[in-house]
Amino acid sequence: MNLQLPEYSLQVMSPEIFLFVWALLVITFDLITKRKSGTAVGYMTMLGLALTGAFLFQAGYGRGFGMMFFNDPMAIFFKVIFLGAAFMAVGSTFGITEKRIVNHRGEFYGLILMSTVGMMFLASSQELLSLYIGLELTTIPLYVLVSFFKDDKKSVESGIKYLIVGALSSALLIYGISFLYGLSGTTEINQMTINIAITHIQNETLGVALLMPIMLLLAGIGFKLALPPFHQWAPDVYEGAPTPIAAFLSVGSKAAGIVAFSKIMVMGLEVFHSPVMAPNDWGMMVALMAAGAMVWGNIAAIRQTNIKRMLAFSSIAQAGYIMVGMLAMNEYGQSSVGFYMFVYMFANMGAFAIVTIVEDQTGSCEISTFSGLSKSSPFFSAAMAIFMLSLAGIPPLAGFFAKYYVFAAAIAHAGQNNTTGWLYWLVGIGLLTTVFALYYYANIIKVSYFGKEASPFKLKAPLPAVIIIVIGLLGVFGFGLYPEPIIDFASNLSDYFKR
Amino acid sequence: MVQYLTLAAILFSIGLFGVITRRNTIGILMSLELMFNAANINLVTFNKFIAPETLTGQMFAIFVVVVAAAEATVGLAIVLLVYRNWRGISTDNFSILKW
Repeated sequence: MNLQLPEYSLQVMSPEIFLFVWALLVITFDLITKRKSGTAVGYMTMLGLALTGAFLFQAGYGRGFGMMFFNDPMAIFFKVIFLGAAFMAVGSTFGITEKRIVNHRGEFYGLILMSTVGMMFLASSQELLSLYIGLELTTIPLYVLVSFFKDDKKSVESGIKYLIVGALSSALLIYGISFLYGLSGTTEINQMTINIAITHIQNETLGVALLMPIMLLLAGIGFKLALPPFHQWAPDVYEGAPTPIAAFLSVGSKAAGIVAFSKIMVMGLEVFHSPVMAPNDWGMMVALMAAGAMVWGNIAAIRQTNIKRMLAFSSIAQAGYIMVGMLAMNEYGQSSVGFYMFVYMFANMGAFAIVTIVEDQTGSCEISTFSGLSKSSPFFSAAMAIFMLSLAGIPPLAGFFAKYYVFAAAIAHAGQNNTTGWLYWLVGIGLLTTVFALYYYANIIKVSYFGKEASPFKLKAPLPAVIIIVIGLLGVFGFGLYPEPIIDFASNLSDYFKR
Repeated sequence: MVQYLTLAAILFSIGLFGVITRRNTIGILMSLELMFNAANINLVTFNKFIAPETLTGQMFAIFVVVVAAAEATVGLAIVLLVYRNWRGISTDNFSILKW
């Protein structure tokens, strides 16, 4: 029994270390100013996230700690998404921190940063242990953040629901991972793939033995991604959580789930995707989950009266579209998923930023509060309309190209392999449900523009929130009209399939 | 090896059953601990019988223990909040958020 320490390189890990230290600094800063730091602590958090972004490109590609930490293009790309989501979430919190969490600003921002650190570790992991730890580092701070309004029964209720569902999903995931370790004898994902393939050739019964870990993993990651039938927690949690945290959950946490899915299922168990591996063909199971997400997410969103619940169902549906791209096991699949997630970040964070402002000033998240808002606050209702159109996928906006690339990748894959003809069905369901989606997205526009009289509320937003909305608009328009730079960046994500 | 795996499977099933049926929030957290420990037994068993030349599985089990402890800490803190708000920790209380 020999224990050897892998090589030690802090260089590639420097952004994470920096962000973690910054999180501690944020908490300390709030304490030494005796909880009177005001908005300074929020600006400090945003500065830390921006600096980490700069560090990210300085650290570059490479690996450290054996396979535990591996900066490939995919890791860098998703780290940019995590940092962007955290930046935009923090930017839209200023209204809340001024009013509702005056005494715990430091912890609030510090926990957002720590959750981001967890996501970044997750994106860099090439190994089941660090992947699991990254996932837990992501979710544990989020349990606290969701239940941050201690006296608000809604927030506490959503916190306990998120905690139970999140812990259950991680228990399922770790039980599944333990079986993967048992079947392969290693936790490195690349080595695991090889070992499982070898054992599969030698021993046919492995086919059935692998069914249980695959289902456990799909359940565990399905909970994180809120894919049906594991989606019921999402609307409750989004409704009760502080709105910027709901936004962070819907983008950051979802992107983390997508990275985990991509690492374990796509890279680790790719060979078991094809229907030839009949009992444990996970492609078909994920296809059913994605179809369920697109159909149920879009239909249930129509009847919601609370905008946060509506956005929750919309994010369930978006996860379904993302899974369509994920199932395309070719050089376009992962790139289209990355592009989708990147664009989704701008539109969704922008929409949630506006919901935060509305909730802050009117005290309500009902869709009816948007009535007549176009006359009293034209900028915010116009921005909301644009974000809704991008989420629905209307052509000049970036959301359209995101959906287009995802479906194109799926069709390309179905064209190459005649065993995956069901992908055509999946794309068909996707296109059909996009039409349903247009109904409830357009409903927001209808309410705010064609409401009878002017709204009694004239929205005033703190400066950072306006900046976040402008960034969102720039992203939605900019990457709609000129998507090349981000597509070039995203096209590296599929390096795995070019080998 | 089969005995250990069976033990883990039984623990996991008891835990899952507890999470689904318990009405007491602390009971649910205890059942979750059972599920994590089932995974630990699996990891250590596989380390011993499949890959005895490395320590990966045992290391993994220690990390899972740490994670489960952290989760239980946060969980109990949230249960405390629940108790303050409702004066009770039964899951029957949670009926504000529904559609």
